[in-house]
Amino acid sequence: MTITVTHYLLISALLLGFGLYCVLTRRSAVAVLMGIELILNAANVNLVAFSRFTVGDIDGQLFALFGILLAAAEAAVALAIVLAVYRSISSVDVDDTSSMKG
Amino acid sequence: MQVQVIGAIVFWALAILTVAGAALVAFSRNIVHSAFGLLAAFFGVAGLFVFLSADFVGMVQLLVYVGGVVVLFLFAVMLTGRIEQVEISNLSRGPLPALAVLIGTVAVLAVVAFQTPWGPSGDMAAEPTTAAIGNALLSQYLLPFEIASVLLVAALIGSVLLASRRKEDELEDQATAEATDQPGDPPAAGPGGEP
Amino acid sequence: MASYPYLFLIPLLPLLSAAFYGVFGLKVHRRFGEKAVHWPAVLLPWGSFLVSAIGLVTLASLHGEHAALHQSVWSWIHIGALQVDLAFLMDPLSAVMAVVVSLVGSLIHVYSIGYMKGDRSYWRYFSYLNLFMFSMLVLVLADNFLFMFVGWEGVGLCSYLLIAFWYTDREKAAAGMKAFVVNRVGDYGFTVGLLVLFWGLLGVVGATSLNFHEVQQLVNAPGMADRLVQVGLPTAVCLLFFLGATGKSAQIPLYVWLPDAMAGPTPVSALIHAATMVTAGVYMVARVHFLFALSPTAMTVVAVVGALTALFAATIGLFQHDIKKVLAYSTVSQLGFMFMAVGVGAWWVGIFHLVTHAFFKACLFLGSGSVILGCHHEQDMRRLGGLGKLMPWTAASYLLSCFAIAGFPLFSGFFSKDEILWQTFDSATLLVPGTLLWGIGAVAALCTSFYMFRSYYLTFSGTYRGGAAQQQGTGEEAGHKMAAAKASGPDASPLGHPGQGHGHTLPRESPKNMTIVLAVLAFFAVVAGFVGLPHLWHLPNLFEHWLAPVFEAASQGLANAGYGAGVEWTLMAISVVIALAGFFLARWLYRDERNPIPRRLLEQGSPFIRGLHRVVYNKYYVDEAYQVAFVDRATGLASMLAWFDDHVVDGLVNLAGAIGRFFGRIQGAIDLYFVDGLVNLLARTFLVVGKQFRTIQTGRVQSYVYGVMAGSGLLIVILLLVV
Repeated sequence: MTITVTHYLLISALLLGFGLYCVLTRRSAVAVLMGIELILNAANVNLVAFSRFTVGDIDGQLFALFGILLAAAEAAVALAIVLAVYRSISSVDVDDTSSMKG
Repeated sequence: MQVQVIGAIVFWALAILTVAGAALVAFSRNIVHSAFGLLAAFFGVAGLFVFLSADFVGMVQLLVYVGGVVVLFLFAVMLTGRIEQVEISNLSRGPLPALAVLIGTVAVLAVVAFQTPWGPSGDMAAEPTTAAIGNALLSQYLLPFEIASVLLVAALIGSVLLASRRKEDELEDQATAEATDQPGDPPAAGPGGEP
Repeated sequence: MASYPYLFLIPLLPLLSAAFYGVFGLKVHRRFGEKAVHWPAVLLPWGSFLVSAIGLVTLASLHGEHAALHQSVWSWIHIGALQVDLAFLMDPLSAVMAVVVSLVGSLIHVYSIGYMKGDRSYWRYFSYLNLFMFSMLVLVLADNFLFMFVGWEGVGLCSYLLIAFWYTDREKAAAGMKAFVVNRVGDYGFTVGLLVLFWGLLGVVGATSLNFHEVQQLVNAPGMADRLVQVGLPTAVCLLFFLGATGKSAQIPLYVWLPDAMAGPTPVSALIHAATMVTAGVYMVARVHFLFALSPTAMTVVAVVGALTALFAATIGLFQHDIKKVLAYSTVSQLGFMFMAVGVGAWWVGIFHLVTHAFFKACLFLGSGSVILGCHHEQDMRRLGGLGKLMPWTAASYLLSCFAIAGFPLFSGFFSKDEILWQTFDSATLLVPGTLLWGIGAVAALCTSFYMFRSYYLTFSGTYRGGAAQQQGTGEEAGHKMAAAKASGPDASPLGHPGQGHGHTLPRESPKNMTIVLAVLAFFAVVAGFVGLPHLWHLPNLFEHWLAPVFEAASQGLANAGYGAGVEWTLMAISVVIALAGFFLARWLYRDERNPIPRRLLEQGSPFIRGLHRVVYNKYYVDEAYQVAFVDRATGLASMLAWFDDHVVDGLVNLAGAIGRFFGRIQGAIDLYFVDGLVNLLARTFLVVGKQFRTIQTGRVQSYVYGVMAGSGLLIVILLLVV
């Protein structure tokens, strides 16, 4: 049995699904961020898989590279924000951060 | 033939590692376990990248995610949570609607993945990509590359600024601590206290 | 090109030491004392001298067109047309430079052991010093422009670090900053020149490179030179490079940092002035001589700037009181001579003068350092004097170096300076007559001879003027000490020299390791000239022959005026007369305090003389002019913008506010009675509606995600329905 692009798409779909589930259900902001990382990884798997199987070029890999980079930057900033929030309200629960709610 | 079999075994192992890790992230009730599930998922994705003959991206995935982001997450978990409580990341909303979204999304994507004719697989030679990526980054993708570096610097400075305690905060904390330094008052160190 | 696998050791050895002491220096210093710091830090540069010397000998055995040693350490950047390796090249030119730099630098390291004794940051000093050596050796040995630029920036950085070594003193820190900023201006020229060269070659020739040899081959390819000259590329590139050279080598207009560089410890001044840093510009011009040879304009600019700098700085040197300031301006002046030489196309002479200058200037600076150390950090020559008997070694070496720099026959400076003057006189390549430049150079040489011997006699002959007052009385002594400390102000360093503290009144000779270095340098200052004997004497000119493979091709295209041997003999005689005249004039005026003329001239002279003296003494007010022209402009612009912001912008805003308020009043009246009714009605409506919609904005991220998912689900459904 040969491995085709469909296999990778299925893996990425599962990653996306679990990521979404994580984002939807978690109360801790850190866990929500983990879900977001999963979603981004799903996108990267898609990009690289398409670049390998259907295009045969490295452009997809470059996009994945930039994706990784953005995800890393996002994680750093978001976790810093989480820390700052934790410092000011002693909680990382996304339900508790409502002081900007109208 | 044998190579193909071994390849298939490796692929399935990586796929299971990835998906199981992701599932652990999603369903574990302990956030530390979630973090380690994330580690497994990242590792599996890195393996898949290598399997897709994207060795450089795989290495970057390993370095950035496994080496950097996961550690960052662990730090965040340790600094913010009370880890001794196992129920720290319990489910907030009923899991059922989220489960429905999960199943729906995966189902739709699976249908698309199976039904779309993806055409002939343009097989890429399995050769090192580092040189090609380096050339592309410094020629065709130079502008995004430079912008990305600016972004990274901004993120670096921003996260340091956000995560560091500012002087005024400390002063304020001290002031409140002095002002409320009377018996019966609640402990003043609250918001800024060391985790 | 022969491969030579040890070239990388030459810069690496000082770098190792620099890195080690940069990281562990403080601990080593605390734990094991100064010996543990200076032994390795001094020995490793000697190691790189050894390797350079072996390289020089190896090179000498390789005769032929392209005698050069080469080592490619690893490939650095290979992107498209940009092909740069981390590679070292030792051709005759860089071999000479490497040997001189490592020899003089190593000697200065030895000297520093005595000079820096007892300093708190002993380890930091040696770390910086090693780093300086490393940068300079990289600059000299690099085989391409980009790698050279690494060293180029490195010496700039190190000069900043070392000049501002005693950074607790504001003025010294400012001097370091000044050196850095002024150098940045030059570096800008170098960088832009590099880019213009790179892309210009690509545009005109079709191929490009940053490697010295490849660029030379591209430029020298048949027919290419003409095409390059047509688009003016050599002139543009050379002028930009020369801007870089003026920054590093302290030429007009960027020389201002060098005299201020005196703020650093004296061995550092010696290192900057003699072996490293300032020679970088001359070396660079010699390195890209094949481009300069294509552009008479650029060569004229180089030669004229060099000549003017030589004269300008020499006149400033005439009246300075600070012994280090005199030497600093003499360096600027001598660098001017070197640029004169490379400007008229006599590149080997420029390098020759660079070498001889490295020896005698290092000796002079270290001699002045010895004086300064012996006299408790007194640098004002009016409070020195009579040190010849007290510090015989220092005095003798200083005198020999003075002979060398003034150009006394058979001393090294004579051969190089005379050759420069002759080549300038004989040159016909430039857009200005060579004889004019020769005249400027001759006057500068006269000034040089005069102020050097002035500094010698003021410092070493007569009677000691420093400690006299201190020996007299009790109350007076304290006052004088304070005054002296105040007068020496920024130059007084926070050094504590055990055993040489301020308790002694009479200066003493410096320790052995310093005097030995002085003796060695003085020896070289005397004999170094014999490698480049004038061809007039019908003796072999080793130096010219040595550098011939590098410069021969380019110098064939240059024209000489063709003066005969008679003229050359005459000029040589004039040089000798000039040197002697300066010597005797200085001896007559400053030998001891008995000759009252200098003082009387100043006290009773006409207003014209006094005014002239004041202008020259204050360095033609160039620093002040730069302050007014650039620094004040920048701050002025800032305050102007602030004023503009305060008055105009704020005024406009306030005006707008006032108008708004006025209309607001009118509107308010209407509002209150007429509109309010409507508005209230509307508001009530929104309030009621809002209350219903408000539940949507829960502030919970997750409900928003549900929204997103619902939206995308909707899109999928629409897609399915449409397709």
